[in-house]
Amino acid sequence: MNAPVPQLELAKITKVFPNVRALDSVSIDVYPGEILALMGENGAGKSTLLKVMTGAYQLDAGEIRLRGKPVQIPSPISSRRLGIRVAYQEPDIVPGTTVAENLFLGELPRLSGRLVDWRRLNEETEALLAPFRLARTLRPSTPAERLSPAHRQMIEILRALRGDLKVLALDEPTSSLSDTDTEDLFALIAQLKARGVGLIYVSHRMQEILRLADRVSVLRDGALVGTRPAAELDDKTLVRMMVGRPLGEVIKRSQHATAETVLKVTGLTSDKVSNIDISVHRGEVVGLAGLIGAGRTELGKTIFGAFRHEAGRIEVEGRPYRIKRPHDAIDAGIAYTPEERKADALLPELSVSENATLAILRKLTRFRIVQRRREREIAADYVRRLRVKTPSLQQLISKLSGGNQQKVVLARWLATKPKVLILDEPTRGIDVGAKAEIYALIETLAREGIGILLISSELPEILRLSDRIVCMQNGRITGELAASEANEERVLQLCMALDMNSQNQDTTRGAAH
Amino acid sequence: MTESGVQSTAADSVVPAWRRILDAVGAQNLSLLAALAILVAIFGWSQGDTFFQPRNLTNILNAVAILGLIASAQTIVIISGAIDISVGSIVGVAGVAAALAMVGTDAPAIGIGVAVIVGTLCGLVNGLLVTKGRVNPIIATLATMAIFRGVAYVLSGGRGIGIVNSTYNWIGAGRIMSIPVAVYIFVIVAIVLIYFMRSTDLGRNIYAIGGNPHAAKLVGINVQRYQVGVYVLTGFVCGIAAVLLTARTTSGQPASGSEGLELETITAAFLGGCAMQGGKGTIVGTIIGVLIIGTLNNGMILMQVPTFYQLVAKGLLLLGAVMLMEFRTAKRD
Repeated sequence: MNAPVPQLELAKITKVFPNVRALDSVSIDVYPGEILALMGENGAGKSTLLKVMTGAYQLDAGEIRLRGKPVQIPSPISSRRLGIRVAYQEPDIVPGTTVAENLFLGELPRLSGRLVDWRRLNEETEALLAPFRLARTLRPSTPAERLSPAHRQMIEILRALRGDLKVLALDEPTSSLSDTDTEDLFALIAQLKARGVGLIYVSHRMQEILRLADRVSVLRDGALVGTRPAAELDDKTLVRMMVGRPLGEVIKRSQHATAETVLKVTGLTSDKVSNIDISVHRGEVVGLAGLIGAGRTELGKTIFGAFRHEAGRIEVEGRPYRIKRPHDAIDAGIAYTPEERKADALLPELSVSENATLAILRKLTRFRIVQRRREREIAADYVRRLRVKTPSLQQLISKLSGGNQQKVVLARWLATKPKVLILDEPTRGIDVGAKAEIYALIETLAREGIGILLISSELPEILRLSDRIVCMQNGRITGELAASEANEERVLQLCMALDMNSQNQDTTRGAAH
Repeated sequence: MTESGVQSTAADSVVPAWRRILDAVGAQNLSLLAALAILVAIFGWSQGDTFFQPRNLTNILNAVAILGLIASAQTIVIISGAIDISVGSIVGVAGVAAALAMVGTDAPAIGIGVAVIVGTLCGLVNGLLVTKGRVNPIIATLATMAIFRGVAYVLSGGRGIGIVNSTYNWIGAGRIMSIPVAVYIFVIVAIVLIYFMRSTDLGRNIYAIGGNPHAAKLVGINVQRYQVGVYVLTGFVCGIAAVLLTARTTSGQPASGSEGLELETITAAFLGGCAMQGGKGTIVGTIIGVLIIGTLNNGMILMQVPTFYQLVAKGLLLLGAVMLMEFRTAKRD
């Protein structure tokens, strides 16, 4: 069915960020009426590629060709004009307005002057909706806040349909959809395909991809692993393509895990996680693996009391604690360093020292007066131990580099002398040197007997540091591997267990959901 | 990677003395003091005979004492990431209540007690509205600004209520070593509040809540309790200010003397380096801002600037302070 000229060609695209080569000479193409699936682990470069395609990022090398002609895409506006659109995972819907207004956002048909031509708006909306099944359930006047996630996703796609659409990229379109909604969406995609639109479909869901896609391109670490016809692929092969990186750094850490359980969680359930059983031993590093949206951060924050739980039991050193707020967790000896350093941890207007002692400030007071000397000593001690590079303790934390900020956040929590330390993406956005230092620190902390729950989206990091790896998907634990039996392929298989129906019987419980 | 500055050892490196003094005062406070000096110079030069007269300086100090008290509390509210627009109305209703109590009992202790209790309760109402009621601080205190003022009118029947007790009125008119009593009260409260914000864990936690409420929650700070506490503290301080105001004017007025305090205290706080999103600012900075406002108000009266224009000038000062702040932050980021 392939026409001789691809609708869109991305040829040898390279995109470099400070410290990272996000895309390294990646070439993909999509033909009219074809669905090309784009797969890869977290951080493989899928989003970057989409952003280059829409002009949100500028490429550093390579060429973009539309129907064989080279094009420049300096901004998202120019990509729209060329007929290249992306429907994002989290559609922007304006509440308080109607379906019609959302569809024509920014381009409402007008009468003379600035008056909106409501009649034409409704007619055009109906024309846009008519070919699709969802027209039955949607009217131009339906209020936006009544739209289901599926409808929102469809509005996002239909928005992209206005004008001359040549290429449409769909970024994880089904991540928030139920099964019936997904079917509706697939019907819509099929119609677009029949119209000759080139479709790029980004998803983690293997079943969907094997069903929908004509060809599959797999990215890994910013490079293209390969492009293969979907008919030749099965889920195991795909996983192997996604992870099969040369196992360079297999420095197994020395193990300090003891038999003594320090954290034991049973049946923990909230609106974000279901029936979680997990335990961490003294001196053990438990890696929590999963794809984005698997519920790992939610689990960490729920154990820490930042999110409420409806049921479940949390024990620290065999003693049950009722954890309703972070305060309770801290009293129980649990510490949590958040994933979003800037949003959830840093106090930009305070100094390194004040940031480091924040969690133990109460203990540094006598008659509520902070004992500055003790505060300084403790801060200085951790600054030295964690090798924070700062001109002084009085330096504003916002002036430090990301890696050093992260170390101060770690210092804040180590100062509480925790028994359990939950590290949520501890090396995100920091440079290679600081990363190595944090790895060494985790090793030291385990040796000192702290039980560590490590949440990370980087599989090599998880594999390198963990004694045991627990995998999550859709807010559930889907499996567990000892360090000795773990490799990237097996971890990733467990992280996608609910999509791999052919897997062991254990997953059927989850898949029924 | 590049060498990133000094490899830290804990101890601070040697800094010249002038640099340390400058750091302690803060570059911003220094420029505020310069602005104040320029104002004094202008008014001193143009209205020299009256401006520097002891009577006039006392007037400035008296006005500054009341404004300074409330502005110090306002600063704490703004640092915590909120705002209190109802401060003037709290002073009004607390003042009327104090005057009524004085008419009834003629006991200064009861008058003072009533003012402080009414003020504190008003603060509690604000705090509960913002936390339990989940009302945005601007809206909540905008509403209570109208409510408290209305209650003050209802209680007083719309008129001023005279206070004849000379002991009570001494608080407003008396002097110790030729300095007004009100000034002593202001200085004592200000020192306590400065120390509170600088040196207690409570103060530090208030900075944390304003600077990053998510982070504050994650380190175990009970954010809501602090928010209530900050409003209660402000109400309490407004109660003290109400005593000073009623004692000076020897009457409890529902509106006169307490109207516009929200504008002036908020202006002072922004002049002094607070930011709307919270987490930064100092009471010392705000007090310098109060001195600027007090001097400006007084100077404009001396120069016989019509009241209407004075209002315009005050509004412009607030806008100028905020724009200056935004400009500085934008430049730094």
